[in-house]
Amino acid sequence: MNKKQKKMLTRIIITTAMVVTLQFISVTGILQMLLYLISYFIIGYDILKKAGKGIMNRRVFDENFLMAIATVGAFVLAIYSRSGDYNEAIAVMLFYQIGELFQSYAVGKSRKNISALMDIRPDYANVERDGKLEKADPDEVSIGSVVVVQPGEKVPLDGIVLEGNSSLNTSALTGESLPRDVKQGEKIISGCINMTGVLKIRTTKEFGESTVSKILELVENSSSRKSKSENFISKFAKVYTPAVCYGALALAVLPPLVQMLFLGQSAQWGAWIYRALTFLVISCPCALVISIPLSFFAGIGGAGKEGVLIKGSNYMETLSQAKYVVFDKTGTLTQGVFEVTAIHHNEMEEKHLLEYAALAECASSHPISKSIQKAYGKEIDRSRVTDIQEISGHGIVANVDGREVAAGNSRLMQKFGVEHKDCHDAGTIIHVAIDGNYEGHIVISDVVKAHSKAAIAALKHAGIKKTVMLTGDTKRVADKVAAELGVDEVYSELLPGDKVAKVEELLAKKLEKEKLAFVGDGINDAPVLTRADIGIAMGAMGSDAAIEAADVVLMDDDPMKIVKAIKVSSKCLRIVYQNIVFALVIKFACLALGAVGIANMWTAIFADVGVMVIAVLNAIRALRVHNL
Amino acid sequence: MKKTYNIEVDCANCANLMEDATKKTAGVADAVVNFMTQKMIVEFEEGAEPKAVMKDVLKACKKVESDCEIEF
Repeated sequence: MNKKQKKMLTRIIITTAMVVTLQFISVTGILQMLLYLISYFIIGYDILKKAGKGIMNRRVFDENFLMAIATVGAFVLAIYSRSGDYNEAIAVMLFYQIGELFQSYAVGKSRKNISALMDIRPDYANVERDGKLEKADPDEVSIGSVVVVQPGEKVPLDGIVLEGNSSLNTSALTGESLPRDVKQGEKIISGCINMTGVLKIRTTKEFGESTVSKILELVENSSSRKSKSENFISKFAKVYTPAVCYGALALAVLPPLVQMLFLGQSAQWGAWIYRALTFLVISCPCALVISIPLSFFAGIGGAGKEGVLIKGSNYMETLSQAKYVVFDKTGTLTQGVFEVTAIHHNEMEEKHLLEYAALAECASSHPISKSIQKAYGKEIDRSRVTDIQEISGHGIVANVDGREVAAGNSRLMQKFGVEHKDCHDAGTIIHVAIDGNYEGHIVISDVVKAHSKAAIAALKHAGIKKTVMLTGDTKRVADKVAAELGVDEVYSELLPGDKVAKVEELLAKKLEKEKLAFVGDGINDAPVLTRADIGIAMGAMGSDAAIEAADVVLMDDDPMKIVKAIKVSSKCLRIVYQNIVFALVIKFACLALGAVGIANMWTAIFADVGVMVIAVLNAIRALRVHNL
Repeated sequence: MKKTYNIEVDCANCANLMEDATKKTAGVADAVVNFMTQKMIVEFEEGAEPKAVMKDVLKACKKVESDCEIEF
């Protein structure tokens, strides 16, 4: 609790004690009134002051004004009717203040919780200067400095590892609990926690441009983009408060006049004014106005903890309405790296075929050659290989153990006049011929990510109508991957520009209310990310372009995170709607009951403070998204 | 030109009112008050002097919520 809150708590305790004591001692008349008046001022002086200022500034109809009128009215009514029942006026003020205190405490607490979730800001950097280590503010470290990170410390700036091996805990950034290994020469991003070894890093970015700063900036600005529900509520509050005030005025004046002048009954001023005051207490729009942004803030904070960065409440809202999810294939559903997926051999044994191919390809740095060498897995003895010729666009011819090995595509086989078989598998095919005899082929393809299939199924389960895959790859490969994953529609052989056109086509076909999300790796699909209703970039750690272009950023490249993001947004929006409906229904019900005289001041206090407390507690639920 | 300021405000509705008041201040092109992060992002009109404008902004905000603070 801060100072302001502690002061308020003291005032609440003193007032409560006074009111309780006053119930048990018998004082009457002026003295009783004075004692009650004192406790009333202790609890409510600031509200009265604010209400006065509001009137001076020609700003009536705010909540202070409402509370002041309602409680002063109740007090005057008690004096006027000589009932000696001052409790109501004080209780209304007391509960109002308790409600405000609770609200400020709850909001402060969740603000702190959420900032703690995103506690990735490094406090210092150990800079090496003239062979000595100095602690420096990360802001003051220039590009190219050498920084040492001890185990247990946060990596302060983005850079490249100069010396050392270690495991990094990236969970604060990605929500992924498995540590990531780094070694010399590898890129390292700020905000990770170094776990095992000492690392020496050459920085490649200034702090302001580092991943940590980008993420913090994104999170801090996120709730500034307001959603439709938030705008609705602030507009609603603007109309609602004055409307209820006029309603209360009408309720206080019209029925008594009608009763007196037309029905010939007594006016019952007291009863009607009491009802009008009840009206005023109910009318405060706090519950709505606080709980909606709090829900979004909590939702964004909870998602951030899981490595899903949502750039604003408006995106949270759009994401929850997503009915179509369009994927880019390479790097999103597949790993974007090539691997040997099958070896179809003739007479030669599988491992020998692979061995010859790997040896022939040993000098090439082409991704396909690398994947064959990787599949071979053993140290390559280069002395066995001679006369390597790389025939561009065809493949490689080399002499391995004195035998002539040709490894390449079908054109290479035709060139050598070797009869070869086409493969029924989709992917890149490397045919191998030894001494002019066809020995078989190796299939290399981009590997589907482990969770892709489960993610597509989970999306369906979460209410997504249609999943679509776009790719520049050949139709055969695309269709195979799509069938394997269970994607509904697939469009292949697209150039980058075609992808935008395709997304526009899909956007035109769907209904306005059903939103389309596009998921890409953010490297070359920025135009599509911006064009879709909501753009999701994945594997975005360290990629500024993706963070800029997307509306939702997934820190690692697990497709299950897409499902998580959608579930988080639906939960958050569900809470928002619950709060709106709950608060409005209770308020309007109490207003109606108050108008006919059934609800008294106590019901009114529940309608105001109680609803707010419940709505705030409900809003905080949005923070818990780990098990979604 | 856009600038971000730290603010102090206790109630969410007051934050909305402050946003409205800021938007209506001369020299301000647009403004967003973020109650949850206690920040105010003000976009100034071209040629406006932020310091001078912010003085008016604070005055306008004090009118709607006497308890608020803006650091600038």
